Amino acid sequence: MKPRRFLRHIPGFIALAPATLVVLVVYIGCVAWSIQISTTNSRILPSSQYVGLRQYEILFANERWLTSLQNLVIFGLLFIAIAIAIGFLLAILIDQKIQGEGLFRTVYLYPFSMSFVVTGLAWQWILTPANGIEKVVRDLGFPNFRFDWIVDQQMVIYTIVLAAVWHAAGLVMAIALAGLRGIDAEIWKAIRIDGIPKWRAYLFIVIPMLKASLATAVVLLSISVVRLYDLVVAMTHGGPGIASEVPAKFVIDYLFERQNIGLATAGTTVMLVTVLAVLTPYVYLQHRRSLKGGHA
Amino acid sequence: MSATASASVPARSGAIEPAGRKPGRISVEMIGVYAVLILAALAIAMPLYVMVVTSMKTMPEIREGALFALPSRANWDAWVKAWTSACTGLTCEGIRVGFWNSVQILIPSVIVSIAVGSINGYALAFWNVPGSKILFGILLLGAFVPYPIFVYPLVRILSTLGLYGSLPGIVLIHTIFGLPVMTVLFRNFYASLPIELFKAARVDGAGFVRLYLKIMLPMSIPILVVAVILQVTGIWNDFLLGLVFAGRENFPMTVQLNNIVNSTQGEREYNVEMAATMLTALVPLAVYFLSGRWFVRGIASGAVKG
Repeated sequence: MKPRRFLRHIPGFIALAPATLVVLVVYIGCVAWSIQISTTNSRILPSSQYVGLRQYEILFANERWLTSLQNLVIFGLLFIAIAIAIGFLLAILIDQKIQGEGLFRTVYLYPFSMSFVVTGLAWQWILTPANGIEKVVRDLGFPNFRFDWIVDQQMVIYTIVLAAVWHAAGLVMAIALAGLRGIDAEIWKAIRIDGIPKWRAYLFIVIPMLKASLATAVVLLSISVVRLYDLVVAMTHGGPGIASEVPAKFVIDYLFERQNIGLATAGTTVMLVTVLAVLTPYVYLQHRRSLKGGHA
Repeated sequence: MSATASASVPARSGAIEPAGRKPGRISVEMIGVYAVLILAALAIAMPLYVMVVTSMKTMPEIREGALFALPSRANWDAWVKAWTSACTGLTCEGIRVGFWNSVQILIPSVIVSIAVGSINGYALAFWNVPGSKILFGILLLGAFVPYPIFVYPLVRILSTLGLYGSLPGIVLIHTIFGLPVMTVLFRNFYASLPIELFKAARVDGAGFVRLYLKIMLPMSIPILVVAVILQVTGIWNDFLLGLVFAGRENFPMTVQLNNIVNSTQGEREYNVEMAATMLTALVPLAVYFLSGRWFVRGIASGAVKG
C-alpha cells in the first residue's frame, strides 16, 4: 500500500479499532478459549490438563444435558411453527381492510416489548393449577377439569412453548404484514380477474411470495430458541425435576453453581457448533447481498 | 370459505365500492374475520389484564376469587409494598432498588453502544477501510452466537481488569453485545444514503470526523430513534447479562423481580409479585405505546440485520 493511501485510512482504522478489538478478543478469542477449556479437566478453576473429548463423553452421558437438548428441539420446532402460523394468519386477517387495524396491531404486538422474565412470571401465575385457568374452569362447573401442565413433567415444556408463542406471535404478524403490504396491487388485480378464491390465492400465490418475510421471521425466532434461558428460569426454573431444562441453563448452572467449567464449556461448544451449522449458509447469503447494496 | 361466502351474499347493486382489491361490504366472511381477530386480541391481552387485576386484589380475595374477577376496589397496597419493601433475596427494600440500578445501567449503555455502533457503521459504509469486509462478516455472525459461550472467558477478563460486578463492567458488556446489531443497523442505513453526498463533502475538504458530525449524524435521526428503541427495550429486558456481570449491588430490575418471586419462603404474595412484575414491565410498555410505529420499524430493522 502506498504511504499516502495508508494515511487516508488512518481515521477509519482508529474508528474501527474498538470493534476490531472486540471481534478479536470476544468473538474470536473468548470462543477459542471456551473451546480450549472444554478439552481440559477444569472444574472450579481452569486447568491445563488436556483430556481430549472426555468432557463431551461425560456431557452426552448426562441425563440433564440430554433432556435439555430434547427440550430445545421440541421447543424450537413447535415454537417456530406455531408462532409463524398464528402470526401469518393474523397478518392476513388484518390485511382484509378491517376497521381498527391500529388497535389490533397494538394489542398483538405488546407482549413482544416485555421481558421474558415478566412473560414467564405472568404465565406461571396463570397456569398455576390452584389459582389459574384450572380453577377458573372448575368454578364454572367442571370440578374434574385438569390443566396442570406446568407441574406435569411430560407437559411442562409445552407451557413454555405457549408463553413464548404469546410473546412472539405479534412480531411475526408485524413482519408478515409488512411483506403483505409490499405485494404489488397488479397481482391482486390479476387474481380477481382470474376469479381465484381468496383462500387459494393466499395459499398458493401470496404466501409463496412472502419468502423473505418468512426467512426473517424464522431467523429471529431461531435466535430466541438458542437464547432460551430467562423464560425457563422465571417460569419453571427447569422443573418439575429436570423436565424443562434447556442447554443455556445447563451451561450457566454448571459454570456458577456446580463449578464444573470443563463440562459447561463443552456444552457451549456444542451449542456454538449447532448454531454455526444452521446459520452459516444464511449469513453468507445475507453478507453477499448486503455488500452488493453498499458503496464499500 | 370465501368462495361460498361470496356466492351466498349477493353484492349490493349500486353501492359505491372502493377501487382496491376488496369490496367493502359486510359479508359472512368479514364477520368471521372480525370474530377471529377479536378472539385473538382477547387471548393476547388476557395476561396483562390478569396481572393488573391480581396486583390490585388483597390476598384473601385472591384465594377466594377467580383469576379474571375484578378486584372489589382499586387497592394499590401491593404496588406500594412491591416498590418499597418486598424482599429481593437478602434485603427487603423493594423493587425500586432494581429500578434505579436498571436506570443506571440503561443510560450509559444505550449512549455508548449507539455511539460506537454509528461510528462503526459510518466507517464501514463510506471509508472502505482495508479488512473491513472481514470485520463486518464476523460481526454479522456474532449476532447469532449464544451468549453462554462468552460468559466464562468474559468473567475472567473483566475480573482481571477489575470491572467484574461493577457498573462500568456491565455497560461494557452491553456495548460488546450490542455491537453487532448496532453496527449492522447503522451500516445498512448509511449504505442507503447517496454516495454523492459523501463525495461532495470530501471535495469540500471535510475530514472523517467533520463529515460524521456535520453531515452524517444530523441525517441519522430516523435510524437513531430506531436504535434507541431497540437498545432501551433490549437492555431493560436483559436478565442473563445483568445476573452474571452486574454484581449483587447492581442487579437490574429483571433479576430482582425474579428473586422476589422465585426465592420467597412461606406463602407467596401473588398480588405483590404481580405488582412487581407490572412495575418491571412499565418501561418497555411505555416505550412501545409511546413510540408505536417506530417500535415496529425498530423490530423490522432489527429483522433486516438478522
